[in-house]
Order: sequence, then structure tokens, then C-alpha cells
Amino acid sequence: MATDYSDRIEKRVMLRAPRSRVWKAIADAAQFGEWFGARLQGDFVEGATIRGNITYPGYEHLIMEMKVDRIEPETLFSYWWHPNAIDPNFDYSTEPMTLVEFRLEDSDGGTVLTIVESGFDRIPIDRRADAFLSNDGGWTEQTENIERYVSGQ
Amino acid sequence: MGDSTRLRVISRLSTEGPLCIARLSDAAPISRQAVTKHLQVLADAGLVRGRRCGRERIWELEPSQLETARRYLDEVSQRWDSAIDRLRDFVEE
Repeated sequence: MATDYSDRIEKRVMLRAPRSRVWKAIADAAQFGEWFGARLQGDFVEGATIRGNITYPGYEHLIMEMKVDRIEPETLFSYWWHPNAIDPNFDYSTEPMTLVEFRLEDSDGGTVLTIVESGFDRIPIDRRADAFLSNDGGWTEQTENIERYVSGQ
Repeated sequence: MGDSTRLRVISRLSTEGPLCIARLSDAAPISRQAVTKHLQVLADAGLVRGRRCGRERIWELEPSQLETARRYLDEVSQRWDSAIDRLRDFVEE
């Protein structure tokens, strides 16, 4: 369930797995990369910048970069990044980053994970528009195809 | 925006999404040049915008800033939903 702020996204989920298992999956860079979809180089250490190729289908040409913020074992893992670094030719280092925080709590039957990503208000509105317009590329292609079909080419 | 052609353009872009000139001028007895002129008036008024797509220009409604912010967040939200599913598959037996 996402909360309705303009500056942040919040997700709260119950995972049927022990807290130590969930923590390992998040705080171990190799494991994080496995489910997230990136081949990250190095370990998550406070203050470190970790990079790696995205392995998620369709985005393999991109490199993901995370700047580790805080690590409180089995409780909090947070990092900064550029959430929509989808243009391989653009230098995102000049742009504001958002903060992602993973918080873990024990729960009956498993672990409650809360993910908060915040700082969106600092991203320029043009950059936000580009992000979803680029995903509309599929629609544009479709329109062109219809055009060509209708005009008998 | 009293002109009925311009109203029709806005209406079509609203219901059908982004469209190129050929589509916008296919229904009415109106030339592409005339439609282009109307689109220019609407663009100057900040109501529509044209994007280059290959050799074509695709026209669409200019989203308000609020809508842009909302759509962006929706997309980020969906990506997280998808990532959470993958984490769940990874940790749950």
C-alpha cells in the first residue's frame, strides 16, 4: 500500500521468512543483486559507493549505483541512488538522489519489511516527465505501426 | 478555445492518447495544414505539446505539473511492487 505523499513512496510487506534471512537478502550485496536484478561489485559498507550492471531484462545496458548510507544489523539498511537513471548517455551525478530505507521488524509468522524511498520533490519536474514519457515509447511505436498499416505501406 | 476543431483535437488526445498528424486529420473534412495550425495555437497556449518520434511528430496533451509528479511516483511505486515480489520469491520457502 503506497501512502499519498508527493515526496515519498512507502511499502510495508509481510515476508514469511526469518528476520535474519530477510536481512541477509538485503544487506549482502551479492544476494541483494540476485533478487533486485544487478551484478553489484563489492560489499555494502556505510559510506561506500557500489556499482554494477543491471541484469533485469530490458535494462541490461544500464549501470546501477548505490551510495550506502546506514547499516544497523537486522534493523535498517539505507542507501542513496538515482531512481530513474535510464539514459546511459546522461551524467546523473549532477542530479539529486533519493534515499531508500529498508526497515525490518519481527512479526508473527515472519518479518515485516518497510521500504521508504524519499526525496522526490528535489528531482526537477522535467526529469520526472522524461521518466514516464520514455516508457510511453511503446505507445508511440504502436501509433506508428497503425499509421503505416492504414496508409498501406 | 472556442473553435470546435480545437475542442475536437483536445477531446481525441484525451481519449485516444498521443496521436500523429495523420490520425488527427483522418476523421474530419480538414487538411493536415489546418490541423497543424490549430495544434500550434494549442501548443502556444500550453495545452498540447509535440514530440519528435523518428520522422513523425506525435501530439499529446500537456500534463499539468501535478499530474507529472503523480504519474512519476506511480511508476516508481510499481517498480517497487515488482522488486518486492522478487524479494519475496527469494526469501520465502
